Amino acid sequence: MDYKTFLQELQDRHALIFLSVAENYNDEIYLSVRSDDFKKTCVCLHKLLHSPVAVFFAQDSRREKNAFVIYCTFMSAKYKKWFFVSTEIAADKAILDSLAREIYSSSLFEREVREMFGIEFSGSPDARSLRLHEEVWPRRSFPLRKDFQNKPTKDIEKAEYNFNKVDGEGILEVPVGPVHAGIIAPGHFRFSVAGEPIINLEIRLGFKHKGIEKLFEGKNVFEAIKISERISGDSSFAHSLAYTQAIEKICGIIVTESLSAQRAICLELERMYNHANDMGGIALDVGFSFPAALASLIKEEILQLNEKLTGSRFLRGVNEVGTTRLKLDEGKKKVLLAALKKISKDFGEIKKILLSSASFMDRVDGTGVLKKKTAEDFGVVGLAARASGIAADLRKDFSGIYTQFNFNPAKEATGDVLARLNIRIFEVEESIRLIEEFINIHHTASDKRLTQPELKEGFALGYVEAWRGPVLYWIKIDENGLIERCKVVDPSFHNWQGLSYCVLGDIIPDFPLCNKSFDLSYSGNDL
Amino acid sequence: MLHIIKNRLLKGIVTTPIDLKSLGKENLVDWRVETVGLELKKIIRKKFCRSLHIREVDTGSCGACESEIIATTNPFYDIQRFGINFVASPRHADALLVTGPVSKNMALALKKTYDAMPEPKFVITLGDCALNGGIFKDAYYVEKGVKNILPVACHVPGCPPEPFEIIQALLAFLKKS
Ligand code: SF4
Repeated sequence: MDYKTFLQELQDRHALIFLSVAENYNDEIYLSVRSDDFKKTCVCLHKLLHSPVAVFFAQDSRREKNAFVIYCTFMSAKYKKWFFVSTEIAADKAILDSLAREIYSSSLFEREVREMFGIEFSGSPDARSLRLHEEVWPRRSFPLRKDFQNKPTKDIEKAEYNFNKVDGEGILEVPVGPVHAGIIAPGHFRFSVAGEPIINLEIRLGFKHKGIEKLFEGKNVFEAIKISERISGDSSFAHSLAYTQAIEKICGIIVTESLSAQRAICLELERMYNHANDMGGIALDVGFSFPAALASLIKEEILQLNEKLTGSRFLRGVNEVGTTRLKLDEGKKKVLLAALKKISKDFGEIKKILLSSASFMDRVDGTGVLKKKTAEDFGVVGLAARASGIAADLRKDFSGIYTQFNFNPAKEATGDVLARLNIRIFEVEESIRLIEEFINIHHTASDKRLTQPELKEGFALGYVEAWRGPVLYWIKIDENGLIERCKVVDPSFHNWQGLSYCVLGDIIPDFPLCNKSFDLSYSGNDL
Repeated sequence: MLHIIKNRLLKGIVTTPIDLKSLGKENLVDWRVETVGLELKKIIRKKFCRSLHIREVDTGSCGACESEIIATTNPFYDIQRFGINFVASPRHADALLVTGPVSKNMALALKKTYDAMPEPKFVITLGDCALNGGIFKDAYYVEKGVKNILPVACHVPGCPPEPFEIIQALLAFLKKS
């Protein structure tokens, strides 16, 4: 069944009414519906495609249409498409039915849209603010509206964030953060414990919120790549790639095989140094310092390799629209291959040390289990989803350079810290194999972009399987060639909720271990 | 059981090279790290009674600056051997190392962390966005740099500065002050 039959069926059998159906760049389908039908349509697609909400966002079109446009997006590996359900809601009556009770994975997105645009969701189970903390931000000031003005406000109504309360005899609350012990980003964790076991964990984030989506608006397309590289430093390359992909789609730039291969090499290098970092982190959090030190050396090795190949340890400034600064010549290929050989050997050692240590295995085996059902409900993605038995990987789900080389996605079923560790080990081995394949693709000299590409008006979705999971960029370019809207989703945004559920029943000393096994980005979440 | 664990641990240490030389890195080691580091050690001995304790606070960085600070503690750079330690509590710290442009949500926490430190104390900022907001300076939710909140004694420029640059900048500052 192709997607057209599927759409027909939606209309015939499920009585959905589409105001319009548009196909954009052969992998994006836009279904526009009346606002009253929005919920019904989303729930139907959610169930039939078995997809959580991938991205849900709003756009302020009050100037052109006197309305806000809302998009709710689902991904289908079967049809290799992204389905965008969109609707317009009148500016003077900005209210929509909440999806969150039927599709839990939309809950955080709704809270985000609410505080950024002032759009209300009726029947929403949670209407607290997400990133604009009540203590410092005036309540009726909506940054992503086009007429928002950033004026310093003196008088902020004192409001307080209400944590979920767990009551009962002997229940103790342990608040941690925002500033933690160690060189780590800020966030607030509130544990409720009954004796030793954790019975609830609430994570309050947003401490690093800067307002990056707004910062993109009105920016020159070529200059804004820099911003995308600084959303989450450890995924600089993946973010810039998703960003440039969206721009390339809009401008109709054809990406050659050689270019995709060079980009894929960088993407895998980024995956490898982060996986090494986390393997070391997991070891360190159980006090196993030797493999931790070895892992930090591997990470350093890859960062130095990055610098040799591209001039940047974090692969910044490498991606450009339509081209890349990594020019793989014979000399660089040799450097890369030699480094891979060594890295692969060192990885082997760490793997041996970790998996053969009984005391280490005792700590990670069965700790921090994220059940498949929970992961599905929250829309957990990427590495953490694969560890819980969800087979999802954009590298496999959409055809491209990876599917050409028989990319083999990792999969585990147990959902514990060990499963997430095993996924990393497997993926590193796969990354090394892939890079060795990608190197052999004939790299033509014509990769050089000769002229500045011509900008067009339009919108598109860029998507990349970063090391944590899918990084998504939905970008709209206006008639002047400037960015009108840029919606960014880092996989951490979905996965923080997974973390807060996987620790239940475990003890607080296991929390750092669980946390490291997810290793989520605070800055990517907070934007 | 204890034996097995012990043996396995020992085996791990025996079979896996730990020093830079057997990792084949001896030619990669930047001699500058050594000379700069030794000089740094001398100064720290004199001025801070052998050790400088630093507490790090992230006020909205992208994470790359933290990554490079952590890298200074890896076996390759090993900043600890020069007497610099990163500590978990502000109560133990001589210096506060701040990254990020200071998001509105972090302004209070930053101040509280500083207030919790014993005198004498000083503040170092690290990374371009900590100086004046850097790439984020036009964003609506930032305070445009640390200096608007705390007195800053030293700044380490870069986006992010490399580990060696961090060590070097610390040296230059300590020498001067
Ligand atoms: S200075 Fe640059 S690298 Fe450092 S935190 Fe700021 S944006 Fe990131």
